[in-house]
Amino acid sequence: MTKALPANLEQIEVNLKKLTNQRTRSSLLGIAILILIFFGGTLVSLEANAGSFGRGIANFFNYPRDLFVDTFEMGWKYWPRVIKYIPELIITLNIALFSTSIGFVLAVIFAIFSSRNLIRNKRVIQFTKFFMDVTRSFPTLIIAMVFLYLMGKSSLPAVIAITIHTAGALGKLFTEAIENCDGKPIEGLSSVGATWTQKIRFSVLPQVLPLFLSYGILRLEINVRESTILGFVGAGGIGEMLAALIQWNYGADVLACMFLLVGTIIALDYLSAYWRHKLIGANQ
Amino acid sequence: MSSSLAIQRENIRKLFPDTFNQARKSRLRGQIIFFLVLVYLIVGFFTLDVVDIPKKWKPQNAAMFVLDTYAHKDHVTMKWENHEDIKIAFEGNYRSVYGIDNLDKSIPDWFYKNSDKVGNVVEFNNKGKAILYKDKVEIVNFPKYERDFTIKLNSNGKPYLVGSEDLVIEDLKGFRITENRVEFRPTLYERIQVYPKKVEIHRYSIGWKYFWFDFSSPLEPYTFFEALGLTFSKERVVPEMSNLKLFLTEIKDNEAFMHGRVWWAMLETIVMAVLGTMFATVMALPLSFLAAYNVTPIKALRFTLRRLFDTLRGIDFLIWSLIFLRAFGPGPFTGIFAIGFTDTGTLGKLYSEAIENTEKKQQEGVKSTGASKFLQHRFGIIPQILPIFVSQSLYYLESNTRGAVIIGAMGAGGIGLQFLGALGTGNDFENVAYMAILVLAVVIFMDRLSAWLRRILIGSDQLIVR
Repeated sequence: MTKALPANLEQIEVNLKKLTNQRTRSSLLGIAILILIFFGGTLVSLEANAGSFGRGIANFFNYPRDLFVDTFEMGWKYWPRVIKYIPELIITLNIALFSTSIGFVLAVIFAIFSSRNLIRNKRVIQFTKFFMDVTRSFPTLIIAMVFLYLMGKSSLPAVIAITIHTAGALGKLFTEAIENCDGKPIEGLSSVGATWTQKIRFSVLPQVLPLFLSYGILRLEINVRESTILGFVGAGGIGEMLAALIQWNYGADVLACMFLLVGTIIALDYLSAYWRHKLIGANQ
Repeated sequence: MSSSLAIQRENIRKLFPDTFNQARKSRLRGQIIFFLVLVYLIVGFFTLDVVDIPKKWKPQNAAMFVLDTYAHKDHVTMKWENHEDIKIAFEGNYRSVYGIDNLDKSIPDWFYKNSDKVGNVVEFNNKGKAILYKDKVEIVNFPKYERDFTIKLNSNGKPYLVGSEDLVIEDLKGFRITENRVEFRPTLYERIQVYPKKVEIHRYSIGWKYFWFDFSSPLEPYTFFEALGLTFSKERVVPEMSNLKLFLTEIKDNEAFMHGRVWWAMLETIVMAVLGTMFATVMALPLSFLAAYNVTPIKALRFTLRRLFDTLRGIDFLIWSLIFLRAFGPGPFTGIFAIGFTDTGTLGKLYSEAIENTEKKQQEGVKSTGASKFLQHRFGIIPQILPIFVSQSLYYLESNTRGAVIIGAMGAGGIGLQFLGALGTGNDFENVAYMAILVLAVVIFMDRLSAWLRRILIGSDQLIVR
């Protein structure tokens, strides 16, 4: 008895040492890889960048300073300018909200058809999952630019692009939510002979709806940013206005648009956090 | 039996009025919300001109766009003033003309002398033929067409379709006749245009021709694998360099698909995403500790950092990239810093929330051994949050790849800018498709890579939030 214990401990000690060594080795390897990536990436950047890094750092404050100087020179005349761009902001918000709503509905449909606990047919699941992967992986900008080329300048390409991307991105999250939901309510409904749609309506939907809405709100926040960016390539709204103002070098107006944007995004950030907390918090 | 069931149900309803009324109330609320959403959708439908989609959607344009993404065409041009001087050029490019001696490029086999030894034949993939004569163009042998056609020039030098007055509309399907042009386009793949000065024929074939080696490349006669095989042979294709070097430079300098430039641009985009995410992680890590209440007792510092995170995140990467674009000029640094600054805010917030949500007991356990504050955090908190850190950073790596493409298109370079350029030329749609596929592949690869790394590092590929 007294002899066996030290032997055991010795074994544990040996194992521990082995594991520690292994961990140190993999940590070092990981750090080495990261450093390699860092230096490789820096080399690529230095090679590809137009200006030098040092000059860039030195110039960093120039542009913001110019903008602010322009603004201060205007004095009190400045504020009407900010208000002038609110209609543009509303267009951007409209694009985001509308495409998020449509994308949300599409995502729910996709998610139902790609959830293992709702669909038995493996082919359907695989196809829907692949389809969502593809729609999600294209940057919205690429879809929007193609549609802009085909349809001419308007907000529609942005709506189409954001809707497609949203459907894929939300669809994936929704699928996970449905697959992780409690199976017992579904069983319960099966036992009383509910149809497939009834099962979804009364057992799955009540469980996942708060989560869906919470993801949807988060997506809305992202889509406001996206629709601003798409404005830059010609989809209208405050993005397009900002692009034009930058080109004309209207510093004060550029800053006005930026203020509006930042204000909107921060406000949305807080609002979405509040709503999501209410949705998820109340349900748990 | 059923009536007693109904009575029982009524009794239950009476016993628990609150429960049932509440259900009705929440149902009503749901209905109101649903109604409001519906109203908004209708408003949005009209304010965003969704009704105009059919009007704006030009099927012809879209069909041409899609056709050009997967097919290539050869142009055959004959000037009426000299009908023997026929130029055959790939995609109509004056630098890719077949049959010019210095390029040593033979005439393709679908162009030959007619059996009557006078006309020159352009044979399409569907066996239809256009025969070019001194004074006329004959269109023969097209499937689904009962008869042949002849196009001539009239005394004013304008093209006309011979006997068109006898033909019914049904026969003229595929023709578009205007004063200065007769065009015959039975399907998208064949197009014959006759002008007063010249005849121009577009012959489409499926596939990306010259994908590996361009028109004037010495390796063009070989397929990709033949050329790969050649790299092992001693005989040099061109005397100046070895076959392997030739093989690589010819692919890299391909004029049609510009592999070298596209891949370099892709690399730039990936570098932006990876270094941007690394930058954000490195910045957010210490800051998030300082912003967590269970690590930092100073409230003012926490508050300042929280607002800093909000601001960094609120100034979207769009605005960051505009500012950095002015400072660094086009290049990856713009993308790296734009992504890095935005994500320092995002990751800082997520990390600090994760730190605040850690279990206290482990820290207390470490504390009970008399460890210092630093060691308490090192062994009490870090092991708990490391998986969350890794998971979050890797998750953002994938979305940043998409972001880097977008920043690139805003002017920072990389594949986004290349894509914009190719789309802007208006006819290099095969390049557009190529780059779109490349972006898609890279984004999906990054997605899989980050899921795989998450799996081997923390044992679960799902995003851990807390």
